Amino acid sequence: MARSGTAKRATRTITMPDKIPIRLTVNGNRMELTVAPWTTLLDALRDHLDLTGTKKGCDHGQCGACTVLVDGRRINSCLTLAVMKEGAEIVTIEGLAHNGELHPLQQAFIDHDAFQCGYCTSGQICSAAGLIAEGKAKTADEIRELMSGNICRCGAYPNIVAAIQQAMERS
Amino acid sequence: MIPFQYARANDVADAIKQIAADPSAKFIAGGTNLIDLIKYDVEGPSRLVDISHLPLRSIEPTSAGGVMIGAMVPNTDLAYHPMIEERYPLLSRAILSGASQQLRNMASTGGNLLQRTRCFYFYDTAMPCNKREPGSGCSAIEGVNRINAILGTSEACIATHPSDMCVALAALEATVHVTGPAGTRSIAFADFHRLPDNTPQRDTNLEPDEIITAIELPPKGFSTNYSYLKIRDRLSYAFALVSVAAALELDGDTIKEARLALGGVAHKPWRSSAAEAALLGQRADATAFAQAADWLLHGAKGYGHNNFKIGLARRAIIRTLDQAARGKPQSVSDKKIR
Amino acid sequence: MASYIGSATSRIDGRAKVTGEAKYAGEFNVAGLVHGYVVDSAIPKGRIVRIDTSGALGVAGVIDVLTHRNRPQMADKDDAYKDEAAPEKGSPYRPLYDDRILFSGQPLALVLAEDWETARVAASLVKIEYQKEPHVTDLQAERAKAFAIDKPEKPRGDAGKAFASAAVRHAAEYFIPTEHHNPMELFASTVIWDNGQLTVYDKTQGVQNVQQYLCGVFKMKADEVRVMSPYMGGGFGSGLRPQYQVVLAALAARALKRPVRVMLSRAQMYALGHRPASIERLALGANSGGTLEAMTHEAIAVTSQFEEFARNDTGWGNLLYKTPNAKFEHTLVKLDVPTSCDMRAPGAATGVYALECAMDELAVALKTDPVQLRLQCYSDRDQGGDIPYTSKQLRECYRQGAAAFGWDKRKAEPRSMREGNDLVGWGMASGVWEALQMPTTVRIVLTANGHAEVATAASDIGTGTYTIMAQVAADMLGLPIDNISVKLGDSTLPQCPLEGGSWIASSVCNAIANTARAVRDDLLKLAIGMKDSPLAGAGVDDVALIDGKIVSKRDAAHAVSIASAMQAGNADRITREEANKVAEDKSHARNVHSAIFAEVKVDEQLGVIRVTRVVNAVAAGRILNPKTAHSQVMGGVVWGIGMALHEETLFDHRYGRVMNANIAEYHVPVNADVHDIKVIFVDEPDQIVNPLGIKGLGEIGIVGVAAAIANAVYHATGKRVRDLPITLDKVVQFN
Repeated sequence: MARSGTAKRATRTITMPDKIPIRLTVNGNRMELTVAPWTTLLDALRDHLDLTGTKKGCDHGQCGACTVLVDGRRINSCLTLAVMKEGAEIVTIEGLAHNGELHPLQQAFIDHDAFQCGYCTSGQICSAAGLIAEGKAKTADEIRELMSGNICRCGAYPNIVAAIQQAMERS
Repeated sequence: MIPFQYARANDVADAIKQIAADPSAKFIAGGTNLIDLIKYDVEGPSRLVDISHLPLRSIEPTSAGGVMIGAMVPNTDLAYHPMIEERYPLLSRAILSGASQQLRNMASTGGNLLQRTRCFYFYDTAMPCNKREPGSGCSAIEGVNRINAILGTSEACIATHPSDMCVALAALEATVHVTGPAGTRSIAFADFHRLPDNTPQRDTNLEPDEIITAIELPPKGFSTNYSYLKIRDRLSYAFALVSVAAALELDGDTIKEARLALGGVAHKPWRSSAAEAALLGQRADATAFAQAADWLLHGAKGYGHNNFKIGLARRAIIRTLDQAARGKPQSVSDKKIR
Repeated sequence: MASYIGSATSRIDGRAKVTGEAKYAGEFNVAGLVHGYVVDSAIPKGRIVRIDTSGALGVAGVIDVLTHRNRPQMADKDDAYKDEAAPEKGSPYRPLYDDRILFSGQPLALVLAEDWETARVAASLVKIEYQKEPHVTDLQAERAKAFAIDKPEKPRGDAGKAFASAAVRHAAEYFIPTEHHNPMELFASTVIWDNGQLTVYDKTQGVQNVQQYLCGVFKMKADEVRVMSPYMGGGFGSGLRPQYQVVLAALAARALKRPVRVMLSRAQMYALGHRPASIERLALGANSGGTLEAMTHEAIAVTSQFEEFARNDTGWGNLLYKTPNAKFEHTLVKLDVPTSCDMRAPGAATGVYALECAMDELAVALKTDPVQLRLQCYSDRDQGGDIPYTSKQLRECYRQGAAAFGWDKRKAEPRSMREGNDLVGWGMASGVWEALQMPTTVRIVLTANGHAEVATAASDIGTGTYTIMAQVAADMLGLPIDNISVKLGDSTLPQCPLEGGSWIASSVCNAIANTARAVRDDLLKLAIGMKDSPLAGAGVDDVALIDGKIVSKRDAAHAVSIASAMQAGNADRITREEANKVAEDKSHARNVHSAIFAEVKVDEQLGVIRVTRVVNAVAAGRILNPKTAHSQVMGGVVWGIGMALHEETLFDHRYGRVMNANIAEYHVPVNADVHDIKVIFVDEPDQIVNPLGIKGLGEIGIVGVAAAIANAVYHATGKRVRDLPITLDKVVQFN
């Protein structure tokens, strides 16, 4: 019943809005890329710059897997248009280790087994880096609350809190 | 998702000019709600005018003794600003009760006011919804309506406004400053959001070609006796089933002034002058609080799944007023409700 | 050299995961990649009258739109679509096959474009006209149509009669709603076409299952399809069966002769499998002494209209509690939804929830401590087969769990423990799961430089498989763990079953042991061949591999280094492939057990529930890696918290549609919901279950947790909530 072949081509072609060239500094490197107005920072990182360490878990700001640091602050890259971040400094999970030496948070996550499948981990670590920079969380309760924008379906939360506490003590 | 053009506004005048030139254009600031809705095909603007770079990022004391907050101030900056923490801690706590830190870092003060409802049917384009598609019907009234409104509803819509910040701004009687083609005007917070009536597609009284430039807080911050209590289905990163902002001015244990606003129960932050008046001159005790709760919930109506909200709201109001009176505001991170 | 087995080893894949280097199925960005975006059904049942793709095709950058009308050829027999985890009965779903709509969210078209942004935009322009048909999605409304399937456990005695005459009785219905796995990673497949050969990166818990399935669907030869899944962003059962995006991506790649990626949206994942909603009825009768006389457990669960999916919800009582009379029944209701599937501890998470709440209610009726009741009813035999266990340290779980929790300080009376506005409740439950082994083959390649590669087609879905494989291989080969490299997640590797059912650890590790023994045998032969060999005359079991040497067990001074043995034999590598031995022995029951203790604090007025403490004491044989094992069980506890308090897929039955098809309104626990979780591993040596004494941990962590929390909520409030999730409006009567 089914047949191979290409669907009927439309006679009218819809013109798409022009793509826009932008410049971003990603993990210290100046990047130039051309994106659609609706390309999110997340898709720009993953598909255009092949920085797939930043994860897509919901694409709607509901899970935190896409968390990156923009100008030092943690945000959801899935709800951020790349064009709006022209000139911004972006730090992703790929930019945290220096010369092969892990960031204290990365090491703490390994030490405390603060992940299982690893898919939320980039977002957790970037979020935790933002949290430490904010300096608002001191107690375990405060860490839990301010890390609640990062869902871990494997349920590593207590280990994530322990890892962050370790990194805080050492930073 | 429908494709859109993108343009950056250079200043407020340019922003207004650009939006006026294209009736289906929209402003974008933090984008936390608009991008979400565009991806779900709920919103389909032809053009986004980026106002996030406009110089509306200051938080300054006003000559009247209040505070002027630029519309582009991110939610976290506002919540953690020393002046806000010290003089308007109710606002601070309400902001920190909403969303996640990442979203609060992105979301703007002005944009927070313009959040759209989280009603399931508004979000699902396969469903009738008067707010999304006027005249198509309200699916929530006889549908899955646990999260929907109990106050100020209409036959056309039972959606709620999802903001926490706005509940505090309503209680604090903030003023919204807007600029449009005809110049600037101020809107009292109580008049900013609308009830659904027959036009649920309109959330606010802001005109499509107007831009919010600032939110002004009056001098009184109720920094001694206040509390913001948010009740939800998990302990963080969830919208309110019911939230309460309570602010009192006490003379001994007599109430001199009271502010009370509810979130999660109506199309706008819910206040009642009768409820607040009922508290005046009363002893700050359970009897007075219960009376105020009854006034505030006067006319509340459940739609099945959300019937419980009426009783929950009543108890939450009493508890929050009690916390405020005791000077023991609800903690954001310690989830025990004291 | 210290043993790696049993040591708290950090994950060997940890660095890849914390640096973002680990690549998941949707992250292989190859040149010329085509992006697919799925258009799905807005209605649950009917036919497609018309699909207008012209708008989408008119978008610059769109390559094609595949629908049931223009798709390339696919197999037309059910057998081709029956994967390893497919239910025996029924006709598996076939994506884009014909015009029939079987469930809301069903894929109806695949838009293919040069980039993802274009594909997404074009997908919004596909217009579909439906012919709707009446649908049913409500289990409660359809329960009268339930039909029996083969009974999982035979009846014993006369449960009905014994219940009727029992001194103390408890009967009630419990309800568990539909739940979705919601792994963090979106389902995705990247299919690379190369001259008719397909390399498939897929989000799956079984690369060989997907490989065989694709070969069937597309009538391809085994060597034409290779499926890889080096990392998987959470499975929990959702990736046991091949999901439709892999078919669509392969279909498109074959049609376009280009690499194609299809990634689903979070909303679209609500049209994959799910934990079936179930109604569970328990009837327990006890004599006044507090031992069971009768147990009846009946379950009514959801399946689709086209397949009969069922798991053992009702048999668990046979393993836990002694009773002379028992009856079990499992029935199904067909609804217009996708076929339900395995979700963490399928059958047990739901069935044991109901059983353990019922036991708590019986304890209340008997005025007996809940732990005491379980000890009184304790069964040392699996009553179904009337056989002993290979090992069962459940008594010790109760003892150690209770001690760690401080259970002896519990006041029996509900509502008797308070803390300010909070009512404090302590509840407990038992957990049970199977300790299975499946046929598995492992290949070891030992090179003369003292490195070994250990390989099998397993998946590590976050369970720690990479790490335990390295640990076991390092011990068995006498090498440092850094000298071991582990290969998995590739269908070309030696045969391995699906990653599920908690059987991977035991299956893979016992296979490693057998393969390592074969390697040792080869090495010994080389060593014996050496001139004046100190190992002359030794047999393979007389020697061990320790610290890079082949060492006589009788006299450690008699040893030959691996390097010199291989050098002497002119062997630069030794390659061996062996399987585990899966016993057909039916003389023992093989199970893992647990005892869970939970503390909740419930605001008396507002009903807000916090789970402040959980102790989960687990007896699961040998623990290979206490660190990753702890995480497994802790994660299970977090799942139990979600199941108890949060998780529910909400349907609008008028439209047959999921209303919270996202991860904002389908609540799973967030960090703030999770507090003190203590995991205890009870010592449980087991010489019978398998040579290494491994039982597996993937499921046991969740089993019983929701019951312990529900029982704690009852103890706190005096209110018994039997339908999950326990939301505040069910705990407090507000109006």
